[in-house]
Amino acid sequence: MNINKIPIIKKPTKKASTKLFSAFCIVTALQLGGCANLGVQPWERDLLAKDEMALNADAVDIGLDEHIYFSKEGTSGGRSFAGGGCGCN
Amino acid sequence: MQLSKSKKIGALLATATCTLLNAGAQAQETKSENDWQFDTAILYYGETDRVSLLEGVISATKDFGDQHILNTKLVIDSLTGASATGAVSQPYAQTFSRPSGNGQYTTSPNELPLDDTFRDTRLALSANWTQTVYQDTRINVGGNVSREYDYLSVGANVSAEKDFYNKNTTALFGLSYQFDSIDPVGGRPIPLSTMVVNNGQFGTGDAGEEAFEATFDQTRINGSDDKSTVDALFGLTQIINRRMILQLNYSYSNSSGYLNDPYKLLSLVNENGETQSILHENRPDSRAKHSVYAQTKYAFDNAIADVSYRFATDDWDIQSHTIDSRLRYKLTETDYIQPHVRFYQQSEADFYRPFLNEDEALPSIASADYRLGEMTAITLGLKYGHKMNNGHEWGVRAEYYQQDPKNAGFENIGVLATQDLYPSVKAFILQFNYNF
Repeated sequence: MNINKIPIIKKPTKKASTKLFSAFCIVTALQLGGCANLGVQPWERDLLAKDEMALNADAVDIGLDEHIYFSKEGTSGGRSFAGGGCGCN
Repeated sequence: MQLSKSKKIGALLATATCTLLNAGAQAQETKSENDWQFDTAILYYGETDRVSLLEGVISATKDFGDQHILNTKLVIDSLTGASATGAVSQPYAQTFSRPSGNGQYTTSPNELPLDDTFRDTRLALSANWTQTVYQDTRINVGGNVSREYDYLSVGANVSAEKDFYNKNTTALFGLSYQFDSIDPVGGRPIPLSTMVVNNGQFGTGDAGEEAFEATFDQTRINGSDDKSTVDALFGLTQIINRRMILQLNYSYSNSSGYLNDPYKLLSLVNENGETQSILHENRPDSRAKHSVYAQTKYAFDNAIADVSYRFATDDWDIQSHTIDSRLRYKLTETDYIQPHVRFYQQSEADFYRPFLNEDEALPSIASADYRLGEMTAITLGLKYGHKMNNGHEWGVRAEYYQQDPKNAGFENIGVLATQDLYPSVKAFILQFNYNF
């Protein structure tokens, strides 16, 4: 066995860490897509069914916040449509 | 005979009354399903020495059953106060023409130029209809219109979502179109034209005023201009387990048309940082934005955590990161408190210039609007909510919002070194909610 062929453990380079990150993303995406261990049965929705667990709970508060941040910051949207909407100062 | 007829009528009336009462009782039982749900709020937003806003919202939702849901929303807000114009402060007083051309305002030495003429009322209406169209597929169609004194916005959106895997996964695709029309007070300034200020050079009396107006009008374009925005949204919602739900969104937004802020200015300075003239800004006429948004909610035994992150980037070269988190902590069966922390950071647009230097070539696009500059912002808030015996809920929310604009590497030449070109903006928010 050629000892030169044994890989040397070294500090991950930027390229290596990018690859690692890509692998992590792929694994995460596969897990999400496959849903092998994700999700619940209909009778396990007691907590998720609560109003306050809805992703858009406090919709009025969120609407008011988004109007403020839309007016005061350079980017908007993301949660839903960014749209236009006001000539805010 | 007469008596028996009365008895019959009495019996009929009694039967009818019983039927009505019974129907009433049935209606009472189904009231919660068929009634409108109203969510209302009033918000005060006040910046130190700058803009203050009072905004009211009435949102009404009706579930017609079988997943047919109508939501309508009315928003009215009233804005007053001063807004940063983009011009830099100077160690001496500066005089500016008002956007309308009628009158002037002067800022003191070392004071950031703020235009205090803003006074606007906005009325916005929106409606959304959601219904199941086929098994686990729902569509949502909506429209909105918003009107200000100098601004009109009309939009429509449609989205479809479908559940998969025992309703544990939901995919969404949506499109929206928004048309905005702006008719600025005093007309639209010609991009990068020099602000005409009456310093007495036009003479005195009516003739002087007329000469000023004629020169001022040469820097303006009358009539309205518009922009249109198309958004596309892809969303994926996944239930992770009994306690956790995750949402991932990608959105693309493309705006084109008049994207300038007609009230924003730029200072043109000499090599000593002294303002030589004031220009009207000019932004690109299109903007394409991408954003990725992730949100998760986790149910603890006595609390719900809501954490989201957004990354946004666009062809103006603004990149932003936003982390938003709320923790709804149950105090009793009817009361909760909810701390809120939000952190925002953005890089500057590639055409952002805090000022222009007359020794350098004049760029074709430039804006000194600090909202396009590098900045960080933080929000700290606390909400208290209470559910009453009759099922109605009220809440009160107080928040502090601070923006810290940064110098994105521009040299503060000459007298500008003595000026605070990137002052913080501090705002206090107070909101009251009532849901019934």
